[in-house]
Amino acid sequence: MKSKFEIENLTKYYGNTQVLDNISLSVGEHEVVCLIGASGSGKSTVLRCASDLVPFEQGCIRLNGQSIHDENFPQGEIHKQIGIVFQSYNLFPHIKVIDNITLAPRRVHKRTKRESEEHARELLSLFELSDYADSYPEQLSGGQQQRVAIIRAMANKPDILLLDEITAALDPELIGGVLSVIKNLRKQGMTMLVVTHEMGFARDLADRVCYLHQGKIVEEATPEKLFVHPEHPRTQQFLQSIIESGRLQRP
Amino acid sequence: MNKKRPARTAGRKLTFKDRYLPVILSAVTVTVVFLLLQRAVVRAEQWPRIKAQFFSIAAIAEVFPSVLKGFGINMLVWITALAAIAVWALTLAVFRSLSGPWFAPLRVFAIVYIDFFRGLPSLLLVLLFGFGIPALRLSGLPKSSLFWGALAIIASYAAYAAEVYRSGIDAVHEDQRIAAKALGLNQWQVLHYAILPQAIRNVVPSLLNLAVALQKDVALLSVLGVRDAVREAQIYTARTFNYSSLIAAALLFLAATIPMARFADYVTQKDRKRRLRIAP
Repeated sequence: MKSKFEIENLTKYYGNTQVLDNISLSVGEHEVVCLIGASGSGKSTVLRCASDLVPFEQGCIRLNGQSIHDENFPQGEIHKQIGIVFQSYNLFPHIKVIDNITLAPRRVHKRTKRESEEHARELLSLFELSDYADSYPEQLSGGQQQRVAIIRAMANKPDILLLDEITAALDPELIGGVLSVIKNLRKQGMTMLVVTHEMGFARDLADRVCYLHQGKIVEEATPEKLFVHPEHPRTQQFLQSIIESGRLQRP
Repeated sequence: MNKKRPARTAGRKLTFKDRYLPVILSAVTVTVVFLLLQRAVVRAEQWPRIKAQFFSIAAIAEVFPSVLKGFGINMLVWITALAAIAVWALTLAVFRSLSGPWFAPLRVFAIVYIDFFRGLPSLLLVLLFGFGIPALRLSGLPKSSLFWGALAIIASYAAYAAEVYRSGIDAVHEDQRIAAKALGLNQWQVLHYAILPQAIRNVVPSLLNLAVALQKDVALLSVLGVRDAVREAQIYTARTFNYSSLIAAALLFLAATIPMARFADYVTQKDRKRRLRIAP
């Protein structure tokens, strides 16, 4: 498969602490790759580096074969082509839902107000949030806010969507709605790199799963293989603890 | 969901006594205390002299028109300075919060400016600007000490207001900046669309507090000979050796600052409620 998005030998330090150690992974077109691992293993940092939100020491991020730090990579295009959704939604509280969604299309992509609002309303109705276009984020539930955040990232029409533990801050009964949105996006062929704590979700959704331990990718495999017959002892240990905590059914 | 709230039947029934007794009691005690105080003051041996010196109705009535006219200048300067400070201070705060080597000169300028103007007494700045600059007789610049004095007050207050704005910018969560950046907004757009609207909303109560302080400090211009309320009052005092004119000016200032302070309180309360509502 032609790879659309590549992370190559990514190494990142916070001060003198190494948090990512030579991470390489690639995501093919229409492929969904999940990153799993314990807290502090560096999963979220991978996404923040990959979307150029934090600087890193070594390595290279390639989109459609071109390094995002290449001189020829169009200036300011990185964030238009790589969308990211955060654990804490990070909607702008002072503007309405519709304005949250149209902000980047209007100000960054210079689309007209009408055009971007039409597109936003389409997306809102697709995700069953039409009634909330003129609400403020604080008037929505956490699950609804997170779906708006996904729409906001999608309104940029990115080439790849990075999802950073988007269900971790949600009450259990709200998680389902957000996950079904992601399943829907997958059906539409969206390329995604997903950091998640929802093992069941990773198993059902991912084409490939990477297990991250202490800043290293320890094992990479299809979900069928990784969740059923993990090879590396670290992975086995991790999955065992997840199963014991009741968050994943024994295969 | 739209059911009307039923009349309250739970709990003990409130009687007339429960409802009105506390109000009546406070009203009575306050009145008694103040009446006693007033009696004590009025019966004092020196009271007639004090009254003639400070509270002469005739003197206040005589001087009132000119003090009121001067007070008009105070309020005009206040409104103008308020608008100028709001804009200039925001500019300084934005300069200070820009990152990247290209903006270093603006950042340094803002830091030096704020240190300088916050570190000097307003009175000194007013004297320096209001007497000093017109004395240079530079061609092309206004010679009015009112203009330069007002500019000194603006320069000084903008330094404080800039720091207030900056605290508001710092109070907006870092995640908001990251989210805006992740959508592709450039540094300026991040500030304009995501950070500043929230920052300004955060600091409106503190800015109103500064506005109340400024409302009185415009009287500093009187040292330049500007015929504001305080100056007019002083002129009368110098002629008659009666200080009632200053009391007249004081009453005018209070009439302006107390409603303004109440308004600031009201806005602060509203802001507090908004925050409590948003907090998870």
